[in-house]
Amino acid sequence: MNDRILLGHGGGGRLTQQLIQEEILSRFGAGPLQTLPDAASLILKDGRIRFSTDSFVVHPLEFPGGNIGDLAVHGTVNDLAVSGSHPRWLSLGMILEEGLPLATLRRVLDAIQRAAHACGVIIATGDTKVVRRGQCDGLYLNTAGIGEAIPELSLGLDRINVGDRILVSGTLGDHGMAVLSVREGLRIQNGPVSDTRSVQRLVTAIAPLADAIRFMRDPTRGGLATTLNDMVLGQPFGMFIREKSLPLAPESIALAEMLGLDLLHVASEGCLALACAREVADSVLATWRSLPEGAGAREIGWVTDQAGRVILETAIGGQRIIDVPSGELLPRIC
Amino acid sequence: MNFIDGFRRMEAAQHFRTTLADHGALLAKEGRSVQLMEVCGSHTMAIARFGIRAFLPPNVTLVSGPGCPVCVTDPGYIDTAIALAEQGTLILTFGDMARVPGSRTTLEATRAAGGRIEICYSPQTALEQAQTHPDTAVVFLAVGFETTVAPIMAMLDHAIRSGIGNLSLLTAFKRIPPALEALITDPGVKIDGLLCPAHVSAIIGADAYRPYAETHGVACVVAGFEPLDILYGLHGLTRQLVDHHPWVENQYNRVVKPEGNRQAQRIIERYLEPCDASWRGLGEIPASGLQLRHAFTRYDAHHRFGMTPRTGRPNPRCQCGEVLKGKMTPSQCPLFGNPCHPDHPLGPCMVSSEGSCAAGFKYAPGGETP
Repeated sequence: MNDRILLGHGGGGRLTQQLIQEEILSRFGAGPLQTLPDAASLILKDGRIRFSTDSFVVHPLEFPGGNIGDLAVHGTVNDLAVSGSHPRWLSLGMILEEGLPLATLRRVLDAIQRAAHACGVIIATGDTKVVRRGQCDGLYLNTAGIGEAIPELSLGLDRINVGDRILVSGTLGDHGMAVLSVREGLRIQNGPVSDTRSVQRLVTAIAPLADAIRFMRDPTRGGLATTLNDMVLGQPFGMFIREKSLPLAPESIALAEMLGLDLLHVASEGCLALACAREVADSVLATWRSLPEGAGAREIGWVTDQAGRVILETAIGGQRIIDVPSGELLPRIC
Repeated sequence: MNFIDGFRRMEAAQHFRTTLADHGALLAKEGRSVQLMEVCGSHTMAIARFGIRAFLPPNVTLVSGPGCPVCVTDPGYIDTAIALAEQGTLILTFGDMARVPGSRTTLEATRAAGGRIEICYSPQTALEQAQTHPDTAVVFLAVGFETTVAPIMAMLDHAIRSGIGNLSLLTAFKRIPPALEALITDPGVKIDGLLCPAHVSAIIGADAYRPYAETHGVACVVAGFEPLDILYGLHGLTRQLVDHHPWVENQYNRVVKPEGNRQAQRIIERYLEPCDASWRGLGEIPASGLQLRHAFTRYDAHHRFGMTPRTGRPNPRCQCGEVLKGKMTPSQCPLFGNPCHPDHPLGPCMVSSEGSCAAGFKYAPGGETP
């Protein structure tokens, strides 16, 4: 096989077959993909499903802590998880640029395989296209996923009450800062590491507290600031967040300070933000902290009656609004 | 070593809340209300980000000055940069410039229409791009105050020594002291104290402000960018006003020397000479700009591409000029928030991350302290 992707790999002929056999089926061929049907045939246990899709155009393809492959698995798995479901199946769409080193593709596929295995999801269907050099930036991925709803978890913004607590499961903004640290022109050593990982276990672990869990979301693009503002938009409540309580990694703080960025605006890819009843906040924290991916969990604030406003008490005791970022902040981080 | 947390300690901040209140009370006893100006855009942003206005007593107000290089850049400059991009030149720019409105459009929109415009974090990237693409004319948008001028000149120095011929600078450099002089002597502007910029002072030195204190009686404190730096700076300014003793207090002496950075000054002087410059909102100020000396005009994009400097047309309803002079707070502008918004800015103060309107909007929509 060539050591680079050729247009012929997408032509549907012998090269395509070779690519599918050697690179795709060798990794994902044990399940519904085995006979390469036009559509996967899946059997649900029962009840409702969650269905989500996400596209990935991160640049560069590889960054401290992961690559576009595990990011694409975790991105969709986490969207399914925070909507209260067990992720089961993913589709994998790949757009490859002519000339992409096969070694890069293999590292990405290996990461997808590892991540899917760790998350317990099956790559059930997929598609590969090759475009001319210059028409895409190495490799773009799309994953869509189906999860089986966890019946006891009923989540919704309408369930949030004044006095509820706001929790996050880990340090904020590490993914965005890790990607930024390896972008052109920035030569950062020992810098931030992406938190790309599944939040599935964090969700299932707190399912027994379901009645008191109001709402959760993973603060990806736009960071925690965007997630919190989305939560209060048009609602009769607001939030009060304490800067001192925010879990932040020193490496990310250092780089964000250097570049003049607010970590509240920067994406995480393995973190949960959650609103829950005050009485269970400590239980959620204890449960999360018993898992490695929840070791950094903190209570960061509470729900107020100031409709639509997210207020931050700053480190020095001042107050300000937390607003959503405007325009181009970090180009293409997911 | 942690250089962040030590400058953000809540207890120390609360101490300054008390001393500022005391100074405010002493001024009030004499019936005085004072107006302080933070000159630098990074101070503006930090003040908003940490909610520092809430620490001030009612008779001490803090207004934002002209210290955001993007905000004071004339729209005609953006027009020239866009014209160069449309000619096929590769433009490199700091990110803030991309969304600043020119007379008719922005660099961001020009890029979307096919113009080659790249955002960079360091002037060094322009040098690297020129080396990687020897057949392409590369233009770096050289905008900034003394702080930014020095590293850009170091880059140009490197380019000249390496014999790189395809790189040029579209300069709109500005000097802080002439602008401050113009503000202080403007009878329509009342400034009792200046929170002097941190990094500009590292280059020009704290002594540069002595005429304002000694001749014009304006209190001056050079302060760093961390919240405790700024609170200590405001404490110092109000102390000087209480004592009726204006002088240049250099609180940022961990970085700023009285004489500044001689090496940076030398490299600036080697390549650049003062010129008259047009400031958005302040108008033309004599000797307030820096241009390439005659011997280096081949590195001047205006000269190389035969571009005559343009005077742009800012949006006629835009009040950025009044905001930059400290005559109007962002929320007093009738356009603030609607229709002028960070997502579709009409004036530069709403675009730049250091702009006072952007700071006001980002951290306190409506302009009030929450």
